[in-house]
Amino acid sequence: MSREAKSEPGARTEPNDRSELIRLENVHKVYHLGEVQVHALRGVSLRIARGEFVAVMGASGSGKSTLMNILGCLDRPTRGAYFLEGTDVSQLSKVELARIRNQKIGFVFQQFNLLPRTSALENVELPTIYAGLSPAERHSRALAALERVGLADRAHHFPSQLSGGQQQRVAIARALVNSPSILLADEPTGNLDSRTSVEIMDILQFLNEEEGLTVVLVTHEHDIAQYAKRVLEFRDGRIRKDYQVSDRWVAREVLPTLPTLDELDAVELGTQDLHAEGPVNPSEVW
Amino acid sequence: MDFSNTLRIAFRALARNKLRSALTMLGIIIGIGAVIATVSIGQGAEYLIQQGIESLGTNAVFIAAGSNRAGARTGFWGVRTLTVDDMEAILREVPLIRSAAPVVFTRAQVVYQNQNWRPRIEGTTPEYFQIRRWGVQAGGIFSEDEVRSAANVCVLGVTVARLLFGNQDPIGQTIRIGEIPFRVVGVLEAKGQSAMGEDQDDRLIAPYTTVQRKIAGITWIHYINASAISKEAAQAAVPQIEALLRERHRIRSPEDDDFFVSTQSDVAEMATQTERVMNLLLGSIASVSLIVGGIGIMNIMLVSVTERTREIGVRMAVGATEADVRRQFLVEAVTMSMAGGIIGIGSGLVGSWAIAKLLGWPTLISATAILIATVVAASIGILFGLYPAWKAAQLDPIEALRYE
Ligand SMILES: Nc1ncnc2c1ncn2[C@@H]1O[C@H](COP(=O)(O)OP(=O)(O)O)[C@@H](O)[C@H]1O
Ligand SMILES: [Mg+2]
Repeated sequence: MSREAKSEPGARTEPNDRSELIRLENVHKVYHLGEVQVHALRGVSLRIARGEFVAVMGASGSGKSTLMNILGCLDRPTRGAYFLEGTDVSQLSKVELARIRNQKIGFVFQQFNLLPRTSALENVELPTIYAGLSPAERHSRALAALERVGLADRAHHFPSQLSGGQQQRVAIARALVNSPSILLADEPTGNLDSRTSVEIMDILQFLNEEEGLTVVLVTHEHDIAQYAKRVLEFRDGRIRKDYQVSDRWVAREVLPTLPTLDELDAVELGTQDLHAEGPVNPSEVW
Repeated sequence: MDFSNTLRIAFRALARNKLRSALTMLGIIIGIGAVIATVSIGQGAEYLIQQGIESLGTNAVFIAAGSNRAGARTGFWGVRTLTVDDMEAILREVPLIRSAAPVVFTRAQVVYQNQNWRPRIEGTTPEYFQIRRWGVQAGGIFSEDEVRSAANVCVLGVTVARLLFGNQDPIGQTIRIGEIPFRVVGVLEAKGQSAMGEDQDDRLIAPYTTVQRKIAGITWIHYINASAISKEAAQAAVPQIEALLRERHRIRSPEDDDFFVSTQSDVAEMATQTERVMNLLLGSIASVSLIVGGIGIMNIMLVSVTERTREIGVRMAVGATEADVRRQFLVEAVTMSMAGGIIGIGSGLVGSWAIAKLLGWPTLISATAILIATVVAASIGILFGLYPAWKAAQLDPIEALRYE
């Protein structure tokens, strides 16, 4: 079902540039904590085109997650408009938002958020259940998604039997399974070591370059942002900087220069020493 | 999301905490088990009462000796005023009564060779067997002549026959009651236990004249087993008999009556009343159990919702609507109560079968009871699952995802 075809009463649908995927117009988000009002977003305007790879940076509390939640239709702006593929989704009902989350958005979280004691395959199948697909279709789609992240052979493993990096790849497969328009990742490498982080960035770069998937990811690490095409810097609920990454890193090229876990075990060195030797500048980790 | 999926998720969630699910179901199991047992036992009792009415005849009227005068503590059977003359007067003057048999009873030691037993001994006339529709399986009954001559003859209940004679044929054999020899002329058909649980076959029946003079040493009788021409006639005969006996016994007010008159329907009513009280008791145990079981389910479902807050967040993030989440938890609650219900039905059936076996009652499995139990179990799941399911659906996905 395409959103363009079905116009909701009160929802503005504008014919626009087909390449434009997301448009935010002066978006505000205010949280009410009893008497106190927390202004998490203070007028964010933003356009993201199809095929972009955007890194959102900023200090803790600057509003990055709030932005992602609004982009992911988990939350609605207090003020302003949010057009997703030309439809103003800030006006849609909860049921309609659930439908959009299911069909158009893939979410990846810092804590992976896989269902415990549920196989990788069934975790990946989860969004297809709510899409109302047949069991056979669900199964084949989930397997295909696992293949795309290189984990087809782990389909029947439980999350507890997988490494952090593998769990995050399962989570990416889950985000991809319904072929969304956009992949939103809120600090996807926050819980991973540096090599695994680059592996995740490799997958995201592959999906963006080869499959044209639009990616928006939150990170507070400059090294991670270097893999994106465009960076948005947040401070106090506003976009302070918005620029294209000049000398973009390619994860596939960086990976061979990084020690693997086996090598780490072999040399029995502390991770800090290895960080110092690798291409990562420790001063930038923070 | 389709139903089979919802059901699968529910089973998984319950299987994950087997002990917890089992303990939660216990209340429902007990409640439903009690419902099934109540209905089955109730039906068994009703069947027995029905059978009792049939065997004694709906037209039966009992005239028993007894007093309810507080001062004269003669006891129920201690009254000596009821006689065979009273019975003959009733037969003569109350045309609604078709036939009647006097009954005297006592207990005495009965000996055959080296076997002995102490059955209930009843003295009566041949009408007794006709009114009670109680035939013999071997031999015959005693005659009017034998009653008149106070002959030493008797008919045995099957229990007595078995205990004294084993596999031997008792017909024509001589037994002794005390020092007096009696010839066995017949063995009664088996009747089994009465609704009150006593063995009706544990009795020896002889002419009332013989029992009065040679065993009990009395001149009065204990009760009259009469039969009216119809069920309505039985009811109508009661005041007539009362009036007649008061006149004969020179009693002025009903409080001084030295007899009780009741009909078979009165007795049936009493039994039904007893059964109703039993049902009420079991019924309240069942409802309390079911409510407690329901609260248990609600409690565990609330715990489950809290434990799985993150899961709920994830499901919402990937496209579950509030209705999907609500349905998931509701189905889980109903699955639990239904599983408890099915186990409860099973144990209720086994339990009532065991009780019936123990009391020698017929086992009656009621499809209605099973149906009602199933519906009740499902309703409990829905009723007590609604609130937890609603709570789960109300969760904010962002908060839920952040929940530790
Ligand atoms: N549910 C909430 N209720 C109240 N305040 C919130 C809520 N979520 C976020 N905030 C506040 O909004 C601001 C932005 O938060 P967030 O978007 O999570 O920042 P970031 O992800 O950049 O660390 C912070 O000051 C935070 O405390
Ligand atoms: Mg954040």
